[in-house]
Amino acid sequence: MAIEVTNIVKKFGSFAALDNVDLKVADGELLALLGPSGSGKTTLLRIIAGLDWPDSGEVAIDGENALSRGASERQVGFVFQHYALFRHMTVFENVAFGLRVQPRAIRKDEATIRARVKNLLDLVQLDWLANRYPSQLSGGQRQRIALARALAIEPRILLLDEPFGALDAKVRKELRQWLRSLHNEIHVTSIFVTHDQEEALEVANRVVVMDKGRIEQIGSPGEVYDNPATAFVHGFIGESIVLPVDVAGDAVQLDGRPLNIPALGAASGAAKLFVRRHDMAVGPAGTGALEGAIRHVRSFGPIQRAEVALAGTEGKTVIEIDAPRDRELQAGEIVSLQPRRYRIFAAQG
Amino acid sequence: MSMQTGLATSTTQLRTYAPATDVSVAAPAPRLEIARAEPVAARRNPRTEPGPVRLIIIALAIAFLSIFVVLPLVVVFASAFSKGIVAYFAALAEPEALAAIKLTLLIAAISVTFNLVFGVVAAWAISKFEFTGKTFLITLIDLPFSVSPVISGLVFVLLFGAQGYFGPWLQAHNVHILFAVPGIALATIFVTFPFVARALIPLMQEQGTQEEEAAISLGASGLQTFFRVTLPNIKWGLLYGVLLCNARAMGEFGAVSVVSGHIRGETNTMPLLVEILYNEYQFVASFAIASLLAMLALITLVAKTVLERRLDEAEVPDGD
Repeated sequence: MAIEVTNIVKKFGSFAALDNVDLKVADGELLALLGPSGSGKTTLLRIIAGLDWPDSGEVAIDGENALSRGASERQVGFVFQHYALFRHMTVFENVAFGLRVQPRAIRKDEATIRARVKNLLDLVQLDWLANRYPSQLSGGQRQRIALARALAIEPRILLLDEPFGALDAKVRKELRQWLRSLHNEIHVTSIFVTHDQEEALEVANRVVVMDKGRIEQIGSPGEVYDNPATAFVHGFIGESIVLPVDVAGDAVQLDGRPLNIPALGAASGAAKLFVRRHDMAVGPAGTGALEGAIRHVRSFGPIQRAEVALAGTEGKTVIEIDAPRDRELQAGEIVSLQPRRYRIFAAQG
Repeated sequence: MSMQTGLATSTTQLRTYAPATDVSVAAPAPRLEIARAEPVAARRNPRTEPGPVRLIIIALAIAFLSIFVVLPLVVVFASAFSKGIVAYFAALAEPEALAAIKLTLLIAAISVTFNLVFGVVAAWAISKFEFTGKTFLITLIDLPFSVSPVISGLVFVLLFGAQGYFGPWLQAHNVHILFAVPGIALATIFVTFPFVARALIPLMQEQGTQEEEAAISLGASGLQTFFRVTLPNIKWGLLYGVLLCNARAMGEFGAVSVVSGHIRGETNTMPLLVEILYNEYQFVASFAIASLLAMLALITLVAKTVLERRLDEAEVPDGD
């Protein structure tokens, strides 16, 4: 089901958790809300679920106004960061809960409920845990049970709040791929909140990058990584080299020395040059926009990571670049650096 | 976690460096650890006192408890049965005694029911919502603990007595609160109010609201959420509060004494009757009733221990 969020404002005291947020989610999408803590992503998710209410704005699920209904009537599956499994119920009863509390008129008979719970436990591959209590499960298992429980009510949309946040790195990685394939299988419109860019880029069809209660960029993982719309997005997603520069017309200067690169339409004045580590081409001295002395080289896998002290900055500006291992770099070597791809954003404040 | 890693590392270092004869730069540190850890641990555990000191401390504790707790309890039962078992049961079968037992049970039932409902409501409000005046409410709940029970009773005399604020109105409408069951119930409710709320607040605060939110998002109504999720999660805490509330309700003397009026066979609860009988030199009867209260205390004690164990179990599992 499609979700449409319009002009949502939510304040906690004087702090604006959400500041005029608009968002459209298409049917069947797997969308990531990505941002640092305090960016408002969880608040947005809770508002869509009906666990929080906006100060103003609208939420529509499948074209109908969701704000006129409470959380219990929205048929929205919600998976909590800390699972929120019912501790006094077995895994089976946890998953069956949503079916057992249905109004008598539409409640299924016991046999149907049992069959459905069994199916869901099969789906999350944990049918052998049906009679355990939540306290007897590992974090990853609890997370999957929480997901099965949310799916039991045949939700119109599925919302996941930091679904892998409390898990260790390895389990996290497995569950990520698992969530992806699960979504391919059941196709329910899903939104998950995360502060982990890798998770967002790897799992979602589309990524919504948020900061300070606003949406900074919406796009496919490729778009937000390759074409960041704002300085925040460039800095938040992927590792970037950031250099303070001055723009005058089409010329760019670093510490008063001209850089041999066009300004790409950036406004004149103080600005920041963003370059991905691997987008810095290394060449012989005297051939690129920047020059510097290599201070340290670490090689691992397909790349070598070099620390370069930029010339003209008295060795104060040290950047890290990733170069392919076609030519081994040496500490002490003087090299030139040429940004292959870069963005210039006006400096804020 | 990091401590464990650190320990593991130093053990490895021990094995590597210990046999070395020349003192390398890194060696002294692990060696020092050997010197410190093993002989000290072998000589004496710093948390254990020497034998005689331990014995004295334990003996003191036992002696104190025997004199101040066990001895009085023994005296109560010994006096109750001093004229034989027949006299004991005869004393309990007196109409006055039966009336007191009945009244005490009635008062306990009323105040436990009342505090059960309002204790849950107050604990719910405090632990699950944010509102102004919350700290004030918590302080207010504790008030009956800090006020002398006599004052608690006196408050109701001032409110409902013949010269009290509502006295004339009550008299005009022929409503009896003071020196009747309602007054005793009110005073008892007042002094026992904190028990249920106090037992629940920390428990409910620790459990948070996530399970309730999960239940609601799964389509449960407010009542379903309460009876299927909240109540099962707090049941041991609730029982614990009810138990203490009940024990105090049955045993309350001061507040009840002020509002009861001591009408024989009508407004005397068990603790009041114990005093009256004692003052009239009816020792067997007095101690017979007292023995019932003492037994209540013992049962409460056992039940409390069992419940505390269940409570610990209920709290521990969710550690992730």
